[in-house]
Amino acid sequence: MDFKFSVGHGADVAVNYILDNFTPALDAIAAAIGFVTGGIQSLLVSTPPVAGIAILAALSLWRVGWKFAIFALLSLALIDHMGLWQGTMETLSLVLSATIIAVVIGIPAGIAMARSDRVASLLRPLLDLMQTMPAFVYLIPAAMFFGLGAVPGTIATVIFAMPPVVRLTNLGIRQVHSEFIEAGLAFGCTPSQLLLKVQLPNAMPSIMAGVNQTIMLSLSMVVISSMIGAGGLGNSVLTGIQRLDVGAGFEGGLAVVILAVILDRITQSFGKGSSGFLSFLAFRKASGRNQTGSSVRVPADDERRSAAA
Amino acid sequence: MPNHIENLKSNASKISKVSLSNVYKVFGHNSGHALEMAHAGRSKSEIHASTGCTIGVDDASFDIMDGETFVIMGLSGSGKSTLLRLLNRLIEPTSGSIEIDGRDITNMSKRELIELRRRDMSMVFQSFALLPNRNVLNNAAFGLEVAGVGEAERTGKALAALDAVGLKAYAQSRPDELSGGMKQRVGLARALASEPTILLMDEAFSALDPLIRAEMQDELMRLQGENSRTIIFVSHDLDEAMRIGDRICIMQHGKVVQVGTPDEIVSKPANDYVRSFFRNVDVSQVFKAGDIARNSQLTIIDRQGVSVAATLEQMEHSGRDVAIVVGRDRKYHGMISQDALIEKVKAKVAEPYRNAFVEDVEPIAAGESVSNVLGRVAESRWPVPVVDDQGRYVGSISKSSLLETLYRAG
Repeated sequence: MDFKFSVGHGADVAVNYILDNFTPALDAIAAAIGFVTGGIQSLLVSTPPVAGIAILAALSLWRVGWKFAIFALLSLALIDHMGLWQGTMETLSLVLSATIIAVVIGIPAGIAMARSDRVASLLRPLLDLMQTMPAFVYLIPAAMFFGLGAVPGTIATVIFAMPPVVRLTNLGIRQVHSEFIEAGLAFGCTPSQLLLKVQLPNAMPSIMAGVNQTIMLSLSMVVISSMIGAGGLGNSVLTGIQRLDVGAGFEGGLAVVILAVILDRITQSFGKGSSGFLSFLAFRKASGRNQTGSSVRVPADDERRSAAA
Repeated sequence: MPNHIENLKSNASKISKVSLSNVYKVFGHNSGHALEMAHAGRSKSEIHASTGCTIGVDDASFDIMDGETFVIMGLSGSGKSTLLRLLNRLIEPTSGSIEIDGRDITNMSKRELIELRRRDMSMVFQSFALLPNRNVLNNAAFGLEVAGVGEAERTGKALAALDAVGLKAYAQSRPDELSGGMKQRVGLARALASEPTILLMDEAFSALDPLIRAEMQDELMRLQGENSRTIIFVSHDLDEAMRIGDRICIMQHGKVVQVGTPDEIVSKPANDYVRSFFRNVDVSQVFKAGDIARNSQLTIIDRQGVSVAATLEQMEHSGRDVAIVVGRDRKYHGMISQDALIEKVKAKVAEPYRNAFVEDVEPIAAGESVSNVLGRVAESRWPVPVVDDQGRYVGSISKSSLLETLYRAG
């Protein structure tokens, strides 16, 4: 018997074994993901373009500012004008469902990594693998397991896009200043209180940066996942390439970029805490209070100093 | 190790609140071997060289009394902050026992430990450690919130604690809107809100500028006067330790080298390391005139039949311009100058001593602090005599001896 060791053969066998024995489990996963993706997609696609544009522009005004809101309004109108609104909504629903799944799995995984060096050292090579393995390699088994359509597209996107949120959750929690941890423990926090009241709030900017990166990476998977029928803007780009129709490809690409810019700015604003219109109002209130506050505070301090002296 | 606790300046009782016996902390792997070496009395550097372990605390044994303000002092790396963290087990002791109210905390379960931290002790940190995502009120209420106290009750207690430190008006501010001194007041309010019996303070005022630091020390003493707690205060500043401490524990290389009242530490320092702290302390505040007066001046006993010529000869011989005249009972009579004495002798004045006294020299009381007499010594042409409360001559302070004292200390 030939005992030649073959990695590729092993992978083949493993995929076939999973196909033969775990079909019910695979179907259940597909159904669950299909439920999330399908629900989001039908909601977004059924929203009339005018309402969709208004909602996104309002979000931009709330989180970023009026200049960006005008940009969002005009650029989304351009997408609609190019006839790519439905494709954009399909892509957005793919990105959102992939992001939701990535966050739901990724943040607990990041927390587990932060709490245990052993878990961290086990997960780190897996994350490296997920980020560097060419997407085409797992696109085919994904299609074999889950069929064609949005579900394997979402799964392939999750695999590629999840590592940043895991890594940045881990990093954010580990970088919480040790005096905050000591303060939490000294006042009698249980481990879960420490996590919820001290570590997660202080790691939030880092975690939100991870979520932002996950969204950006999801968008970069749009074209690749459209190869297995995930649909959306990827289709426009793909057909453009296949027919050498530079114009159609460019329109699809432009719509991806516009979506990326809007999602990036809106999610970044969550990481920074408040900004944009609301924070503008809040800032005016806060600075007003600071002015009155400081005019009270300064003489009070002076009095205390002179009393101490 | 029982300690003498006489001369306590505050309301400290004689009941032991915290009791450490043979407490060790070894950092690093292979701590067992390192611990054996420490038991055998090997030094910190020897143990580090042979095992790679660092001895954080080396055989600490002392008692802290109920209601006492106990200051742990040492240079950085001396183990003082480690020792403090052993008391609430933020750092686990390697061996030994730490009793709080008679209960050994080293073998408490996690649950009991959390209860102890919530109920009996709280901590104030050097860099304040206020949680930036909470406002001042919620920071002050943090300990109560963690302990599961209902919102109405914890808000009331937190506001009362903020009121006690004078920051009630800032309850809704965010920590980053406050100055350093105000932040530490919030840190103090957070620690007081849960009404602990023990307050652990880790270099709590070291990050503040000197005026605010003094103000905070006064504030702490005022709060302590209103409601006595056991305060364990880590500091590297002897001025601070002297100011607020009922007793001071001095640490060097993880070892407790001396525990005593401020007076004991200054008057009987255990070794040169302890003495070296006075370099940073304002000695003119600590020392009394009597401490630095030297008996180096020529003294002449004023009695019948003493020859003025012999006195002059003596002054000439020792090269002194002045001499101190004392009675038989060493009572201070005055200071004579050679020139004046010669003049009086030439003029054949009766009682030449009394008439030759230097006029503008007034003796200093031995109990005066040196800082109060600096000016008089500096302005005086002659060394200034020092007398005790019975008017007996103790010695005199010359400009050079004063400078020498200040130099040696500073």
